[in-house]
Amino acid sequence: MPEMLKEILKNLFSQPATVIYPFEKPEPLPKTRGALTWDMNRCDLCQDCERVCPSMAIKIYPEEKKVEYQPFKCLFCFLCIDNCMQQAITNSTAVAAPGYEKRVELFETK
Amino acid sequence: MSDSETSQNKYTVIPFGPQHPVLPEPVHLRFIVDEDKIIDVVPNLGYVHRGIERGCELNDYKRNIYLCERVCGICNYIHGMTYSEAIEKVTDTEVPVRAKYLRVIWSELGRLQSHLLWLGLFADAVGFESLFMQVWRDREVILTLNEKTNGHRIHLETNVIGGCRKDIDESLAMAYVEDLSVVRERMEVLRSVFYRDSALKAKCEGKGILPKSKASFLGAVGPTIRGSGIKQDTRMTGYEAYGALGFEPIVHEGEDAYSRMLVRYDEVFQSLDLIDKALKEMPDGPVLNKNTKFPDGTAIARSEQPRGELFYYVEGNGTNKLNRCKIRTPTAANIPPLVLMLIGNEIPDIPTIIHSIDPCISCTERFVQVQKEAS
Repeated sequence: MPEMLKEILKNLFSQPATVIYPFEKPEPLPKTRGALTWDMNRCDLCQDCERVCPSMAIKIYPEEKKVEYQPFKCLFCFLCIDNCMQQAITNSTAVAAPGYEKRVELFETK
Repeated sequence: MSDSETSQNKYTVIPFGPQHPVLPEPVHLRFIVDEDKIIDVVPNLGYVHRGIERGCELNDYKRNIYLCERVCGICNYIHGMTYSEAIEKVTDTEVPVRAKYLRVIWSELGRLQSHLLWLGLFADAVGFESLFMQVWRDREVILTLNEKTNGHRIHLETNVIGGCRKDIDESLAMAYVEDLSVVRERMEVLRSVFYRDSALKAKCEGKGILPKSKASFLGAVGPTIRGSGIKQDTRMTGYEAYGALGFEPIVHEGEDAYSRMLVRYDEVFQSLDLIDKALKEMPDGPVLNKNTKFPDGTAIARSEQPRGELFYYVEGNGTNKLNRCKIRTPTAANIPPLVLMLIGNEIPDIPTIIHSIDPCISCTERFVQVQKEAS
């Protein structure tokens, strides 16, 4: 314990290492892998993202021209972004919010 | 221990777990005690079986990397890397030299955060709360570094069959060097606590003794066997770039929980040195050599996890699905030595001794089907 005392005293008079979460939110870092969105003006419904997705969170319906994405299944590995030839998939740094239901997101061509 | 002895009320049986504040993960231990002294221990696994090996057979073999990374929540990178190594052996894929160095850097980063997590948990198990908080605060530097460079705090997901998905450029290398020097500085401050603190010594010295003669007989691996004075480390085989970097395992002769703690504390600095050396010596070049073959045949791959030796066996049939993927994690090998360590100790020492092998129960749970031959 005496060996630790110096550090304990230093910690006592220094700033806390944590933030008071609900009141103070930490800034997401620029490379943080967050929620995905499909730009349907670019997407050619080639199903490459569906083929590479390890958790099968993406489903493409070429005839109905829509993309079904399940954020609660997604690993955020970004293989889909790496493999998209049209660069139609973009990500934000905001981490997906928790929810009561496993929601499904739909992206449709208008 | 025969059942008749316990049924005659000679000894008391204390069920411990599967849900217990001491245990990070569910394992059931039956302690047969004589007053305060442990006479025998019966471990019982099977509470967190997830069927990952079966999942590996149903999945596409390229998608399996991400599934294998989820075997363990702490040392995930090494799982993905070892699986990739096994597939690379079956498909005769040559990994570029730069990718080998990158794999060393990321697996050592995983070991670093795993050891810091463990040092904190161990301090918590012996009741040293301020040390626990201190070590976990320092671990946060590594997790933030992971997020800064790869986007996730724990799951790096940079492995692919034939190399790496990402590369470290000059600015990222600088970020690694700067942040890891902060970790080194902060861990250096704690050296006197880990090496000299009387409270920590009183709680761990001479507890959970694993004699040198028994350690290799019972098949202990990782820091558990190195704490008993045996030089055993899979990194000595020189897989990936460990052969080029030069590697000498850390060994302590104490045979008790304290020396196992010191092995892990010293390995923190060893990992920091290896990362620094790998960043300096890393050659330029490509990081990915795309494989075009499908796995046909069998292969094994071994690597050193923070807890010990990890083993993968894969069997392919020329299609995109595997016939078999067998995973053997280090805690499976460390449970028989744990039983020996516990016998002869007292009940208050149980948390210290269980934590001293760094148990990772969820990784260990595998289903084994034993077919009784008709005789």
